[in-house]
Amino acid sequence: MFWIIFRHYRFSGSSNLNDPWVIHANTHLEYLSGKTQDESAGSIVLITKMPKEIYLDNAATTKVDSIVLEAMLPFFDKDYGNASSLHEMGQIAAEAIEKSRQTIAQSISASPEEIVFTSGGTESNNFAIKGIAFANKDKGKHIITTKIEHKSVLNTCKWLESQGFEISILGVDEKGFVKIEDLEKAIRPETILVSIIHGQNEIGTIQSLEELGAVCKKHNVYFHIDACQSYTKTDINVQNQAIDLISVNGHKLHGPKGIGALYIRKGTKIQPWQHGGGHERGMRSGTDNIPGIVGFAKAVKIGLDKNHIEYIKKLKDKLREGLLQISKVKINGPQNEKGLCHILNATFSKIEGEAIAGSLDLEKIFVATGSACASKSLELDPTLLAIGLPPQEVNSTVRFSLSRFNTEEEIDKVLEILPKIVEKLREISPF
Amino acid sequence: MPYSKKVIDAFRNPHNYGKIKDADGVGKVGNPTCGDVMWLYVKVKDDVITDIRFETFGCIAALASSSIVTDLAKGKSLSQMLKLTKEDILKQLGELPPIKIHCSVLAIDALHEAIYDYLLKNKKLIPEEIEKRHQTLEKEKTAIREKYKGWIEKEEELHQDDQE
Repeated sequence: MFWIIFRHYRFSGSSNLNDPWVIHANTHLEYLSGKTQDESAGSIVLITKMPKEIYLDNAATTKVDSIVLEAMLPFFDKDYGNASSLHEMGQIAAEAIEKSRQTIAQSISASPEEIVFTSGGTESNNFAIKGIAFANKDKGKHIITTKIEHKSVLNTCKWLESQGFEISILGVDEKGFVKIEDLEKAIRPETILVSIIHGQNEIGTIQSLEELGAVCKKHNVYFHIDACQSYTKTDINVQNQAIDLISVNGHKLHGPKGIGALYIRKGTKIQPWQHGGGHERGMRSGTDNIPGIVGFAKAVKIGLDKNHIEYIKKLKDKLREGLLQISKVKINGPQNEKGLCHILNATFSKIEGEAIAGSLDLEKIFVATGSACASKSLELDPTLLAIGLPPQEVNSTVRFSLSRFNTEEEIDKVLEILPKIVEKLREISPF
Repeated sequence: MPYSKKVIDAFRNPHNYGKIKDADGVGKVGNPTCGDVMWLYVKVKDDVITDIRFETFGCIAALASSSIVTDLAKGKSLSQMLKLTKEDILKQLGELPPIKIHCSVLAIDALHEAIYDYLLKNKKLIPEEIEKRHQTLEKEKTAIREKYKGWIEKEEELHQDDQE
């Protein structure tokens, strides 16, 4: 029965703001209209009892838009050729890739040959940092990054340290911004790369690409940004921003997982990191993930619609106002246009983040927390520490991250349930 | 959630939470810097725990362990409860993810510290093991305070940099 619902939904192809469960129910009813009364009655009960989930963890990953999914499907079982093959099926695949490459390039005002497809954000970050490091080690072995990076940047840098490179890690101010003068001070003659997260994934800080890029350009140092969280949500334009490398990926913007890209400015001295059959003009070998690439491009096309950003912002404002009605709640990160539209990070003092997230989980509301308890290594979130939150407050944070598929009704529901959870946990808390 | 049904049930409906104002013994363990804090209050009559309550700042496993330890201890003799181990809690909770086992230890420590406090206040004999554990916990508390202090100092230093 579930299989039928799922199949039917998959091909329903609608991409509006409807809740998926509602779509399930509707399409299922249509499907069952040919069945006997008893059968359908039983199924309807089953569906209406299904809990309606509220997914507010879109900074972790997002659902694939059904339009994206539809665009991908032919490339699994119809146009499944290998883009390296010279025959017709291979050429259909190659064409689909190049069309997609154009879409990604246009979105940041780059040219298509500056885009290399990868398996995702982690690979793009690894490729950018290691590729620059080893290609430019004769110039110097010093790399600059920050305390608020994704682990794929920090751990890549850590590994490079073991390979004889020197890493400087910049702090940030209380809103998460890198200070231009700190960067300026950290750059030395042997510095080869500056790698900074563009839109921060915990607190949403958007760094100034113009200012940071200008400093890097002045000192003739490559500038890499990890834009996985910010891509399509805030403007990136390589024509007037001095960025040399940009990591982006699909699954943060309603595209599929397992696909990403690295923008490499023409003339950048970089070494390929994955060797093999010479795909992607020798920059990244491995058979092209065509359904992924097509889906990624489709997701970007839809994501560039500014109305989505306005819509998400409106929801976030509503959520923030509601949270601030609860006593002793503090919002972390910038709340103006310098913050990502979809990320809202809040400290609920005196109670622990995982307990809040767990209570919400039981209500089918899904959020993330910076609490040490929730991390696999019992470590406090380094970004929240970097902006100066004391450990106890870090342990009390919850991150809500929205998408265009969330609704005002969902925010109302969260704001109805959450104060009760907070009140109960505070009753239990000794503080 | 990576928790058993028993853990989730105990977390969803914790028993015996709150404060006992005229408690005969209080055990305070944990540190908010590290994550969990558990305060446990006991009323004792004729060496039997007649009432027990907890206040916890902590995660799902910590709250569930707190609830379970109070259920286990209510109406039991002190000598019986001094023998309680984390395995007894884990048995009640079903399973805890390995990284959360320390939460069950915290609950045992809170209970034993509360009993220790009662024994001390009433000038009763404190078993050697409980005394030892108490000393270890005190040492840990100092160490954490030191660590936390270092963190604060570092923050202050950073702040000074900002002002310069």
